[in-house]
Amino acid sequence: MSERNWQLARKQQRLEQRARILQQVRAFFVERGLLEVETPQRIPANAPELHIDATEAGEAVLQTSPELAMKRLLAAGYPDLFQLCRVWRSGERGGRHLPEFTMLEWYRRDADYTTLMNDCEALLLRLVPAGCLVWQGSSIDLTPPWPRLSVAEAFRRHASCTVDEALATERFDEILIVEVEPRLGPGPLFLTDYPAPLAALARLKPDNPSTAERVELYLGGLELANGFSELTDPVEQRARFVAEETARRTAGKPPRPLPEPYLAELANLPSCAGIALGIDRLVMLLTDAPTIDAVVAFTPEQL
Amino acid sequence: MYSCADLKKGLKLIIDGDPHLIVQFDFTKPGKGQALYKCKLRNMLNGSLFERTYRSGESFEPAQLEERDMQYLYKDESGYVFMDQKNYEQVTIAEDVLGDDHYFLVDNMQVKVLLFNERGIGVTLPNFVNLRVVQADPWVKGDTAAGNNKPATVEGGYTLQVPSFVEEGDLIQIDTRTGEYYTRVKE
Repeated sequence: MSERNWQLARKQQRLEQRARILQQVRAFFVERGLLEVETPQRIPANAPELHIDATEAGEAVLQTSPELAMKRLLAAGYPDLFQLCRVWRSGERGGRHLPEFTMLEWYRRDADYTTLMNDCEALLLRLVPAGCLVWQGSSIDLTPPWPRLSVAEAFRRHASCTVDEALATERFDEILIVEVEPRLGPGPLFLTDYPAPLAALARLKPDNPSTAERVELYLGGLELANGFSELTDPVEQRARFVAEETARRTAGKPPRPLPEPYLAELANLPSCAGIALGIDRLVMLLTDAPTIDAVVAFTPEQL
Repeated sequence: MYSCADLKKGLKLIIDGDPHLIVQFDFTKPGKGQALYKCKLRNMLNGSLFERTYRSGESFEPAQLEERDMQYLYKDESGYVFMDQKNYEQVTIAEDVLGDDHYFLVDNMQVKVLLFNERGIGVTLPNFVNLRVVQADPWVKGDTAAGNNKPATVEGGYTLQVPSFVEEGDLIQIDTRTGEYYTRVKE
């Protein structure tokens, strides 16, 4: 008889913690009156994104995010929603990335991205009642309110150039990761108000249309959640989708149809805000796991 | 040529004319942003280590290295000595050029020695090597949970995580590609 699979057996304690975390996340949203929904994972089209590649599944693709289906429900009159689901992003594999991962996404009606930030604070405090956690040697104080720093200010403080210069030289992501993120500290911290070209589905700030009402939550240096005040203008949304899909094709990526049913129903979408949070990274933080591999039963390489 | 998607730990590239080995690799990417590929590279000629971050779209020249079947003989002050059993030619490789691979060399082991302009710059080890545990905390009676682990040191000084039932004196099999415990060897 061969020895038991020790690599798998040693994960048992973390996977038990993971199960409890998922139960608490569900309880948090149910208590606040959000409706849990399930939407299809295999779909004709995602929202086109230049830097996110869907996994093909026959004629269709696997979802890279449940956002379009959830917003169609909101447009049909449904109340505040949440979903826990699997999403797939082709080619993304690293110490903090899996090509198949678990996403928590929720939407608030008659709200903007500031409501989402308050929700994040309340959710983490529910999961960590002591208000402080230690991840990989860094102590993280979760006492609200958490600092909110604009992207422009973060670049002024931590980068070797301004946001506009980084965008002009197509080095925004590189400078964000290499220069800005390592200097943001253990957090928690909300990075807010992204340049408009980097927020294809977000509403622009009424007083400053060069930036969008988009927010990223950083915890322990990990990018944990991304949300925005939703764009509800179908004409503007179509123009942005066309620009993004054109950029994809120019980059040699496989063409996909535009999500027409979403565009057709977008005019009925109420003013709302939605956010996606990476559950695997959340479990990493709450179980002091060094890599994403440690918080899932199987990595793609072990199948 | 390699593209960024080919980059991974263990890949060998030519950078500025010298062969380099990727000793650590991480893919990273802002959720909505461009992918970045963080590499820790070792110059295979002089052992120097440095980090570089690449963006999608870059390409890399593969390092074409000659591989020769040789036997590991012994270690002396200049490094680790290997011999080609067909013609008795010997090659010596310094410890800092071998990196962590030197922990897994066992006397008389058959390896593939990597040559660049006839100079030994590394080895390809067998995938698994058996080494004896020389230091480990004793097994606590009653600790039967299959997933528990503890540190252990094997002959040669390499330290790794092993299951709690592994004891001093046990022979264990290590996967040389990952450096991780694989199984206990029954004797």
